[in-house]
Amino acid sequence: MVGIVIASHSQKLSEGVIEVARMMAENAPLAAAGGMENGDLGTSYDKILNAIDKVYSDDGVVILADMGSAVMTAEMVLEDIEYENIKILNCPLVEGAILAAMESVEGRDLEDLAERVETAHPSKKLMDD
Amino acid sequence: MIDAKKILEIISAIAKKIEAEKNFLTQLDNEIGDGDHGINLARGFKSVEEKLPSLADKDIGAIFKGVSMQLVSTVGGASGPLYGTAFMKAGNVCKGKMELTAEEFVAAIEAAVNGVKMRGKAVEGEKTMLDALCPAYKAIKAGIDCGKNLIDALNDGVDAAAAGVEYTKTIIATKGRASYLGERSIGHQDPGATSSLFMLQTALEVLRRE
Ligand SMILES: Nc1ncnc2c1ncn2[C@@H]1O[C@H](COP(=O)(O)OP(=O)(O)OP(=O)(O)O)[C@@H](O)[C@H]1O
Ligand SMILES: [Mg+2]
Repeated sequence: MVGIVIASHSQKLSEGVIEVARMMAENAPLAAAGGMENGDLGTSYDKILNAIDKVYSDDGVVILADMGSAVMTAEMVLEDIEYENIKILNCPLVEGAILAAMESVEGRDLEDLAERVETAHPSKKLMDD
Repeated sequence: MIDAKKILEIISAIAKKIEAEKNFLTQLDNEIGDGDHGINLARGFKSVEEKLPSLADKDIGAIFKGVSMQLVSTVGGASGPLYGTAFMKAGNVCKGKMELTAEEFVAAIEAAVNGVKMRGKAVEGEKTMLDALCPAYKAIKAGIDCGKNLIDALNDGVDAAAAGVEYTKTIIATKGRASYLGERSIGHQDPGATSSLFMLQTALEVLRRE
């Protein structure tokens, strides 16, 4: 299964997103990388790296990030570890995580999962424009 | 010519400057961000300072790389990966060098500024640190190209960065947290542009010491 890392400015937020994603996909390999080492708000290079480690397999990993430094720090981690099969996804955090978790337990491969999550536009909440 | 020892002096002086300006930078970030820029950078440069002794006899590339790693792993805000990338890219250009000619110094700054652009997916005019860094780079390069010495060229760079910081007061932020404020970001100077100016000013002061 494709691993999923939730990188955000807050550990509570990352864990909350995972909690909600598990409602639909209990056994998805999700890992939280939220806040800094001392619990302050911000993003941590080491936390993202460790979270990748936790859910990494040959199937690869996707990273979903909230904003700003979470995205940029994830990029730096990826440049350093040079794995081909890790991707940062361009999607809303909560809805993207739910979708990614569902696709992961379905056994979807990395490319397919990424494509589905990134093109789903799940942030649209009201039916008519 | 700038040697590795001078580079270490500059970095150490920047760490002190950032610590001294911590509250001011944080206050600027309070106005248009989440109020942590000074805290973030001071934490980062404190860890840089602690790392400096282990970089004492390293080449300039390795020094910049060391600074980058500390910033990336301790800053916690956007300025971490942004300045971290700047120092990393400068480090690549200075690999194995124990001293830099004026031209090599310009190349290092160019690489650093391009690194920030790449990492932030940003350009000049978006009310970020690039509004200090880009004009500074252009002024330094222009100075060196027309035969000025490094100190005079860097002086031009500092003036250009200061003008860039002033310019950030007049524009709307379109990158980073301040972009959430839209038009309300006008009238405030960008914290990151300000910290960039401080770094350039500090480098100039150290080079002038001789
Ligand atoms: N995309 C970007 N490109 C270039 N500079 C940026 C970008 N985003 C933010 N900045 C710069 O970073 C400064 C803010 O740094 P700070 O350390 O406070 O990060 P932050 O916005 O709190 O980070 P976070 O992404 O964690 O919220 C801004 O003033 C701006 O100069
Ligand atoms: Mg901030």
